[in-house]
Amino acid sequence: MAKFQKKKGGGSPAINTASLPDIVFMLLFFFMVATTMREVTLKVKNNTPAASEIEKLTKKSLVSFIYIGSPIESLKEEFGTAPRIQLNDAFKSKDDVRTFVETEREKLPEYDKGKMIMSIKADQDVKMGIITDVKQELRKANALKLTYSTKKKGADDKGEL
Amino acid sequence: MARKSRALPEINAGSMADIAFLLLIFFLVTTTMDSDSGITIKLPPWEENLEQEPPPIKARNVLEVLVNSNNQLLVEGDVIRVNQLRDKTKKFITNEGLDPNMSVSPEKAVISLKNDRGTSYVTYISVQNELKAAYREVREEYSLSKFGRKFDDLSPDQQDEVKDKYPQKISEAEPENTGAE
Repeated sequence: MAKFQKKKGGGSPAINTASLPDIVFMLLFFFMVATTMREVTLKVKNNTPAASEIEKLTKKSLVSFIYIGSPIESLKEEFGTAPRIQLNDAFKSKDDVRTFVETEREKLPEYDKGKMIMSIKADQDVKMGIITDVKQELRKANALKLTYSTKKKGADDKGEL
Repeated sequence: MARKSRALPEINAGSMADIAFLLLIFFLVTTTMDSDSGITIKLPPWEENLEQEPPPIKARNVLEVLVNSNNQLLVEGDVIRVNQLRDKTKKFITNEGLDPNMSVSPEKAVISLKNDRGTSYVTYISVQNELKAAYREVREEYSLSKFGRKFDDLSPDQQDEVKDKYPQKISEAEPENTGAE
């Protein structure tokens, strides 16, 4: 008579997880390559407008950001709702823009100093007054390459106005 | 005493996944995905004293674009909407001297943009966008008719030729402050 082997104790066999680290590492490397470090904590509302004629900023190291917008919800009590300029991690006035440009320029190597790009990341509800002030300061600081940071939209979308 | 050769014990890799997960979550939290893109412009250099007069430009070669604090658009005296601006600009650039009120040639055409301090940023960006789009479309049409290819597919020399034919001259005037900011 055939001898049947007795089944080992019930329950399903353990799933082999040997390849799990490999999978997770793959994900990790993907995110390391595809993303960039968050440099500043935003203190202003920053919903940029959309545009179609945009250029991608390829060299991240050349770009410095100026954030403009009204303070975020949690800071409203302290700072009010009027639009403010944020440089690095703090609210600054327009007079600090020039110093900011100089320190950012100092960070670049000599051969890249002329290629510095300033990027204005302004909220779409901001009025042009504050932006103009910043632009004038940038001109005085001789930082003449400027981009208005925007979202992407289709080229045939001509706006609803 | 002869030592028994024994196989090395296997290193326990069970916690490897946990470590990798930890790193993964760290990178997910501290990084952002957004690639930066935007409308690029070049600012004119700052001049302390404006003693010398700017070179005179004939009125017909200037397309005046005004945006007021109510975000209304005035182009050459006509109130228009933002979605009409692109066609109007294209017509102005490619006039080639036909209409006596529009540009003599694309090389001489200048677009003068003036906004108010109370103009909203989103309107300003859409106006800039439409002006840039007009130039892009004009260049696109020219490269298609002259070289039979899209502007992006042209060689750098050919691209320069198209750019020389349709140079992008958008000048921004100092804004006014009529409306409340």
